[in-house]
Amino acid sequence: MITKRIIPCLDVRAGRVVKGVNFAGLTDVSSPVELGRFYSEQGADELVFYDITASAEDRRLFTDVLREVARTIFIPLTVGGGIRTLQDFDRVLKCGADKVSVNSGAIQNPAVIEQAARRYGNQCVVLSVDVKRVNGAFRVFAKGGREDTGLEALDWIARCVAMGAGEVVVNSIDTDGVKQGFDLELLAAVCSRVSVPVIASGGAGAPAHFTELFQTLPGVDAGLAASVFHFGEISIPELKQTLRQHNILVRL
Amino acid sequence: MLAIVDYGVGNLFSLQSSFAAVGETAVVTGEAEVLRRAERLVLPGVGAFGDAIERLRQAGLDDLLRIRAAAGVPILGICLGMQLLFEQSEEYGLHNGLALLPGRVRPIAGAVPPELKIPHIGWNALCFPANCPRHPLFCGLGEQAFAYFVHSYYAAGCEPWVIATAEYGAPLTAAVARGNVCGCQFHPEKSGRVGLTILKNFCKWGGADEC
Repeated sequence: MITKRIIPCLDVRAGRVVKGVNFAGLTDVSSPVELGRFYSEQGADELVFYDITASAEDRRLFTDVLREVARTIFIPLTVGGGIRTLQDFDRVLKCGADKVSVNSGAIQNPAVIEQAARRYGNQCVVLSVDVKRVNGAFRVFAKGGREDTGLEALDWIARCVAMGAGEVVVNSIDTDGVKQGFDLELLAAVCSRVSVPVIASGGAGAPAHFTELFQTLPGVDAGLAASVFHFGEISIPELKQTLRQHNILVRL
Repeated sequence: MLAIVDYGVGNLFSLQSSFAAVGETAVVTGEAEVLRRAERLVLPGVGAFGDAIERLRQAGLDDLLRIRAAAGVPILGICLGMQLLFEQSEEYGLHNGLALLPGRVRPIAGAVPPELKIPHIGWNALCFPANCPRHPLFCGLGEQAFAYFVHSYYAAGCEPWVIATAEYGAPLTAAVARGNVCGCQFHPEKSGRVGLTILKNFCKWGGADEC
């Protein structure tokens, strides 16, 4: 059967990884290529590179970096950040991305999901959604979680999947950074609503949170995290050993 | 010289890079002249079967591939490229393939329990048939070798030529080989060390069934 995936997310600005820390054997912790290779060798099942730049010049640096990553790392690569148009999809796919994640861009222009799915296939289109509770309802937030769109999250996710999103990254703003575990209530609701792979994001602070995630919600396919991996609070080999000890299928 | 057949579908950058990573030079080309001289051929592919076979046909590459296969040149199909090696596919209508291997490409939906997600996407373990020796493509792999899959259709009716399966509610064809023609449903260029080992093995492979 398909293994549960562990996915580190790397934020890249001006061609450098933001929030990099020291790992033994890494000479340049803010090199996306070096950190990506490190994670790949550690057993990461996929890498997400998130372009958090704004300027055109930085964007060029990002695609240069991406090309170098794709030249040296041979696991699936997902790219997100600043994806708004088919041209954006084209730009990062040509540099070696396997999947493209779209968030605010889809809120502004939902048709981009349909267009991209038709051209590149559903498997290529990842919907990333930032969700926060507002008066007890799950709402979609845009612009890195700063702006309430008023959209009901489950309806929005279902709509995007119907348009062709082949995977959904669900990031809970409520649990993000708190390190008390994933947002199981939100994730359960998403899993019962859509039948495409669901990737949990936001809240991991310890390996036990991944165990809890996959044991409680067998419908969740992957767990994504950033700083807990970057700061060495969770090591991927140990995490995968822990999961295996709990009879959760992982790639070792 | 190893050539990756470029017929206008998909991005071949990772695939070419992965051959470079195992010390092999791979040329990406759609030129018949070059493909005729190549000592080994890789047929990649993403997208829909009907569109891909039509592009091959229009470029005259379908006959070229058949001629090269008959001449004993090692050929590796990857993902949709593997599916194109078969006689037919049921993807969006019925389409004829290259017919280098007997069998038909069918939807995974219907072959596996309905609660399983389609496409079959992610890392799955390769299962090697117990009743025959390990194929040379898989030399040097451990007992638990995981590969990365992304597909909604699978090759059926090719049991004698299946050299690996992936368990997904049913054993799905993961790799096939007959003589000098072989293929993997998974993406070796996205399967980490396991994938690189398989690509390296293909580069050394003479086209026989034994290690």
